[in-house]
Amino acid sequence: MADYHWPPTDKCNLIGRRIARLDGPWKSSGRIKYSYDMNRPNMLHAKMVFSPYAHAKVVSIDTSAAEKMPGVKAIDIITEPGKEVFWAGHEVAAVAAETEEQARDAARRVQVRYEKLPHLVSDVEPSKAGEHTKQLAEQTDGNPDQALQQAEVTSEGEYGVPVITHCCLETHGQVAEWDGDNLTVYASTQNVSGIPGEFVRAKIADSADKVRVLTPVMGGGFGSKFGADTWGLACARLAKKTGRPVKLMLERDQELMAAGARPSMYAKVKVGAKRDGTLTGWQSESWGTGGPDAQGGAPSIPYVVRIPDRRIRHTTVLTNIGPARAWRAPNHPQMCLITMSALDDLAAKLGMDPVEMLQKNIDMTGQLSKTYSAELEKAAELMDWKKKWHPRGDKTPGSIKRGLGVSIHTWGGRGHDSNCNCVIQPDGSLSASLGSQDLGTGTRTVIGIVTAETMGLPLEAVKVNIGDSKYPADGASGGSTTVGGVSSSTRRAATAALNQLLEKVAPSLNAKPEELEAVDGKIRVIGNPSRAISWKQACAKLGTTPITGVGQRSNDLISSGVGGAQMAEVSVDTETGQVYVDKLVAVQDCGLIIDLKTAESQVYGACIMGITYSLFEHKIMDEQTGRCLNADMEFYKLAGIGDFGEIVVHMMTGSGFDERGVIGLGEPPVISPGAAISNAVANAIGVRVPTLPLTPDKVLGALEKGAVA
Amino acid sequence: MERFEYAHPTTQHEAIGLLGSSWNDAAVLAGGTDLISLMKEYVVTPKRVVNIKNVEGLDGIHSNAEGVTIGALVTMDELLADKTIRSEFPALVHAAEGITSPQIRAMGTVGGDLCQRPRCWYFRNGYGLLAMDESGHSLVRDGENRYHAILGNSGPAYFVNPSSLAPALIALDAKLQLEGRKGKREVRASEFFIIPKSDSERENVLEPHEVLTHIVIPASSRGFRSATYEVRHKTALDWPLAAAAVAVKLEGGKVREGRIVLGHVAPIPWPAPDAEKELEGKSITESTAASVGEAAVRGAKPLSQNGYKIQLTKVAVKRALLAAAKGEA
Repeated sequence: MADYHWPPTDKCNLIGRRIARLDGPWKSSGRIKYSYDMNRPNMLHAKMVFSPYAHAKVVSIDTSAAEKMPGVKAIDIITEPGKEVFWAGHEVAAVAAETEEQARDAARRVQVRYEKLPHLVSDVEPSKAGEHTKQLAEQTDGNPDQALQQAEVTSEGEYGVPVITHCCLETHGQVAEWDGDNLTVYASTQNVSGIPGEFVRAKIADSADKVRVLTPVMGGGFGSKFGADTWGLACARLAKKTGRPVKLMLERDQELMAAGARPSMYAKVKVGAKRDGTLTGWQSESWGTGGPDAQGGAPSIPYVVRIPDRRIRHTTVLTNIGPARAWRAPNHPQMCLITMSALDDLAAKLGMDPVEMLQKNIDMTGQLSKTYSAELEKAAELMDWKKKWHPRGDKTPGSIKRGLGVSIHTWGGRGHDSNCNCVIQPDGSLSASLGSQDLGTGTRTVIGIVTAETMGLPLEAVKVNIGDSKYPADGASGGSTTVGGVSSSTRRAATAALNQLLEKVAPSLNAKPEELEAVDGKIRVIGNPSRAISWKQACAKLGTTPITGVGQRSNDLISSGVGGAQMAEVSVDTETGQVYVDKLVAVQDCGLIIDLKTAESQVYGACIMGITYSLFEHKIMDEQTGRCLNADMEFYKLAGIGDFGEIVVHMMTGSGFDERGVIGLGEPPVISPGAAISNAVANAIGVRVPTLPLTPDKVLGALEKGAVA
Repeated sequence: MERFEYAHPTTQHEAIGLLGSSWNDAAVLAGGTDLISLMKEYVVTPKRVVNIKNVEGLDGIHSNAEGVTIGALVTMDELLADKTIRSEFPALVHAAEGITSPQIRAMGTVGGDLCQRPRCWYFRNGYGLLAMDESGHSLVRDGENRYHAILGNSGPAYFVNPSSLAPALIALDAKLQLEGRKGKREVRASEFFIIPKSDSERENVLEPHEVLTHIVIPASSRGFRSATYEVRHKTALDWPLAAAAVAVKLEGGKVREGRIVLGHVAPIPWPAPDAEKELEGKSITESTAASVGEAAVRGAKPLSQNGYKIQLTKVAVKRALLAAAKGEA
């Protein structure tokens, strides 16, 4: 019988290789449809009515004028009169009409009367936020006062990251279609299996098994697409009311205003060390906002490097800036920037190479310390750090200053609950079905690789069925939990199916099932390859009944806890404050890698996303109007292809990594770029730019305060 | 967008007849890269859209003894491909290259670049050209003004002129030909733009019934060396934070005549006569260019968030001058 444990990597034909994603050609040729592309016969289009005010009570809603507009078929009220809205862009109603344009025009004719209420949209520190604050936590470990007092060197600084958005290239939305009391939702979601129940709780559908969610592909979620959302429910109600399919995709401005914001985080930090660089004490006063609710606890800082004596205090500022949603590695990029900037400033004060300082204190990183140490060495080699690094402040003449920065990060990434059905048909065809989804990460390809590897078949032999809630339930794709979940359930399911096949085939090979193996498209006797039959012949022995192998997430195939190290090299034009990332080196571990190509691709994507939030992204709010002023892709700036230089990705594999099993990768590599780039800028220009994004105005401002030495 | 009547005339006469006597009557459509988004956001709601793309005689770049005439419908790509423009007027080339979007360069026209509306985010979010609240108080002054004007900003207009080409065209002393119900007229590019004093005024001298038809660069500008330098946050499509166009006539290595026009720093392309005076009679070195840059921002009054643009403007002037001095034409 086949064993479900991962084969040794040197015995793998597919696992760990660079394999192109299965849906690449389908996507690039337009053969596969995103929710945004989905057009159903006789379909209506819906548009949202949003609050223009950051905080208001809805007094009344008059839909009569909108109803008379051409093409209008139905209007759905989301926020009933008497209720409050908490940000500009808060959902109030949705209008369905024959065309998108008609729906758009009619949405403007819905007369909503508001009673304006006071708002706060500025990202201000708690002392300026009046009543809008909530102290979340204070924590003290050891004796930080004494530690900082006795420190031979201390450094104080203020660091921070503003509120940014997810800016998914495919905006949030769906097409909803009823057939009797069965609802089909073509949703752009990270949670195919989890959404159906929401339509039942909202009393739209009778039962979850009457709701089918389809997401063959989707254009980015980053943590903002776990729920059906008010627009999803409204879309289903409009479809029910009109008896026609309805499409409702958010427009770009709505996407940026209403579909999620990453909370800000700022901190005043004091950190101390001995003269040899040994870290001794940490104290921080932090705050941040993620909208009207206080979410989560205090940040866990110092990040990764656990300085034994510390005191942290965190306050949440409640604002009308928009709804906070998980953003790729929630809280980690913020905690990372604050910690790694503070350590970098301290290293600069000591005149010490920051890589040396991290290595000096590597034991404080805990059980991954050896990984971090090896990754820092590898990254330094790929960056040519030792040769290029100079103490803070590039002394070469001219306006362009160059610098290097480093950062390390961590993430969990244990696989979520997952169920897979693997079916072998008598004709030899093979499928793996899971109610999972591919966010663009390569999930579909990973499932195919595991199935094919298990069966000794080429990747093309497997049909992967995902993105449909009728398949076995799977977890939401968040927290880098998908690859561990689906790869382990698929491995178990495929092994179970194979073992049933081996039992059927064994008599014809005069062998016991446990003497057989599936290799190179054949079922053969272990140690006697000439006693074999082809896969097709083997499957023909099934008669008319296919085999189904069932598998669940299996903890002994997966693990959690990864470390990563990144190094950035930047050029700063000190006359204009422009920052260019010449090179970003990302060294990352994630246990056993199923597909090296899509794994590397995840890291490249994270680096680009990281460069973008480091240099450009900021949800800019206007206190006077309470509005987000850059809810567009003109002033909500994202990097273009010319806005970053070389990206070097190195995955840690082999002994010490592969045998840990599969661990998620989506989040970790997006954590460090902010800190690494900010540190590189400080190294280049000799002075810290305290907050991201590192825009020309802030770089020039920092230079003015402390000119290049 | 609101419903509108669509017209597609083929002659200038016909086109002008279709325009109105107030701005809301009709809007001119050329490349559409600005107008369509303004209409989709309900910022402008013209009753009629007059597509001039098929109007004869508004395309092409022609050179004769008088100078070089650019049709208003010439696209950015066409401008960049033109041999005369490339060899004689690098300031225009640099400016058009600064529009780092192949789509906009393919569709956007020279006339549209000059007539496009400001990108002020209060304006684009529906608060009016001058961005006032109900009590007539400027939202820009106490608001988010990092991209707003540092010159010509005594109010009530604080937006910056968005044109990429205007500073270069003014530096090259171009004339703009306008045609309307009352016939043809020609204005200097430097006199085309105005600072509106109320929300009902526009950012240029065009009447609602007029069309910008041609841009003429006089033969007298042919001997000038020119350059444009833009400071942009992104390399990918992004509006300049500050820009400067310069045209200089050199004699014996010294500047006999120099013209300097700033972009994206004032509600109109902003001429810098102090800087021009500073430049006169000097040879262009790093240090003269720097001092000319200093002179260019004399009188700048930053708002609460845009002081950094003063530095960027100085640098833009300096780098434009150094580039022009190096250039051939």
